[in-house]
Amino acid sequence: MSISKRHNDSLQPVAGNGLLDRRALLGRGVVFAGAVSAGSAGSMIGAAAEPLVDGPWSNEVGAVIPPYQVASRFEKHVVRTVDNPDNVPRNSRARTPHHLLQGIITPNGLHFTICHGGVPDIDPEKHRLVIHGLVKRPLVFTLDALARYPMVSRIGFVECGGNSAPLFSNEPIQANVQALHGLASCSEWTGVLLSTLLEETGIDPKAKWFIAEGADSPRLHRSVPMKKAMDDAMVALYQNGERIQPGQGYPMRLWLPGYEGNMNVKYLRRITLTEQPAMSYYESRTYSQVLPDGKAYRFYFLQEVKSFIANPSPGLTLKEPGYYEISGVAYSGTGRVTRVMVSADGGKSWGDAALQEPVLPRAFTRFRMPWRWNGGPAVLQSRAWDEGGNMQPTRAEIIAHRGQTSKPPSVLAFPSQHFNGITSWAVDTKGEVKHVYA
Amino acid sequence: MSTRNAVLVAALLALASSTAVAAEGPNLGQPITEKEVGAWDINAMPDGTGLPPGSGTSAQGAPIYAQKCAACHGEGGKGASAGALVGNPPITGIESPKTIANFWGYSTTVFDFIRRAMPWISPRTLTNDEVYAITAYILAENKLIGPNDVMNAQTLPKVKMPNADNFIIRFPDRI
Repeated sequence: MSISKRHNDSLQPVAGNGLLDRRALLGRGVVFAGAVSAGSAGSMIGAAAEPLVDGPWSNEVGAVIPPYQVASRFEKHVVRTVDNPDNVPRNSRARTPHHLLQGIITPNGLHFTICHGGVPDIDPEKHRLVIHGLVKRPLVFTLDALARYPMVSRIGFVECGGNSAPLFSNEPIQANVQALHGLASCSEWTGVLLSTLLEETGIDPKAKWFIAEGADSPRLHRSVPMKKAMDDAMVALYQNGERIQPGQGYPMRLWLPGYEGNMNVKYLRRITLTEQPAMSYYESRTYSQVLPDGKAYRFYFLQEVKSFIANPSPGLTLKEPGYYEISGVAYSGTGRVTRVMVSADGGKSWGDAALQEPVLPRAFTRFRMPWRWNGGPAVLQSRAWDEGGNMQPTRAEIIAHRGQTSKPPSVLAFPSQHFNGITSWAVDTKGEVKHVYA
Repeated sequence: MSTRNAVLVAALLALASSTAVAAEGPNLGQPITEKEVGAWDINAMPDGTGLPPGSGTSAQGAPIYAQKCAACHGEGGKGASAGALVGNPPITGIESPKTIANFWGYSTTVFDFIRRAMPWISPRTLTNDEVYAITAYILAENKLIGPNDVMNAQTLPKVKMPNADNFIIRFPDRI
């Protein structure tokens, strides 16, 4: 029988330490049945179930439906971590809890946020976007005007250039995936392509850059090549269907698919076309990366191919040996993710993970890998490739080129940026998960 | 009309209509002059473009710094809750602090960032003269200019920053 043959195929281990063929995911119930009949290691049948009973909520009238629904009161732990709750004079950040989420879309309230002067309270009626400089016709737009332009919707990630910076530490910092990789999120962004607006302003051929500036307190500004303006830069007005969140730049932000988060200027109010870059504080100082020889990278722009496992991850203890699904996200600023491999033995052997559709360019791609944990020590890793032929590097490869700290910094520190290396989670015999270097 | 002429006319008509379509965008932006943008235009560029009239010296900047900046950046720019503004440690790797003297590539960035974003709790409350004076104070304390040098739209862009030539464009093909 062809089906039973597939049962057997899908039970085949594809790599060491219990990684199973990703085809097992095609019909999980079938796999369970097959596993039991095949007498595979690990009990697939739990203890006898309690008799089924009704909860009180099933026997009473429920609550009034609210105008704007928020998560169940039982989900109060699914929140961002904030690192400047008192809004003292410095940057403020909120990180996405990847270990508690699924799929590829980050809920709006859980999208990561970094603000350099608090979250501005912008009246959308009074907000203006002006495009000037090396244009033929400087124009100013209201939000109402922009909302009448042809719009496009695209799903894509935004990632802070400093996401994953704790992995520059010389020793693995014991923190969860939210603390290590929480400065990346993925949404459906809807707005007007910048190229559409530039058709109306006209472009002086001398223009090589545009400088985007926000209406926030520090008037944050970044220089972006005109290439990106004509390619896929968007003035985004909507995030997952609703107007973008205050932390995301309400009422409008620049969205540059695949480019360093800080360049995706929030509260966008001014675009200046220029011959030269501004060499702004954020591009010429903060988001320039020092190299071991004392030189520094400037204009890194690209968020390179990367993946990490969100489940299991530190804090999500495995309760017993048996079947688990390893899953996480992979993404690349270059384009689509083409392959993700997973290892359960610290990189000695690898198996292909299933890539869940849709697999979109410059967007989170959810990968899944069936795993039968035998209760012994394991080191879980994921590694991604993109359609540009780029392979996610190991941590050792990045450190060899970029350096590491001499002692562990605070988990909130940013020793450098643009870390896209492999993350390793060690599972011990108690099922507890730790961050390790492997 | 010959066939050839008919084709030509059709082609011209098609061209005219496609031009008309291109001009039929929403056109909902309101024209504005650069002068009207002026109050918002605070970009000070590396070549000096956008630097406003005004001037200042380190001596003028010292008391303004003490009053407006020292609470966060420390006395004499030594750093406190916010980063140090004075100091020139060698850059030897990712743990080296990036200071104005050891890292920043352009003197205009100092003026630009003070004018646009400082003081953190009350940005854009300084006059242009005050921004020039604080800029002069910071540059002089870092020994990047002389103690009596006047900073203005002409002199500031000429200040050579020691680390200016140590940057590598990461992905040149994206520019």
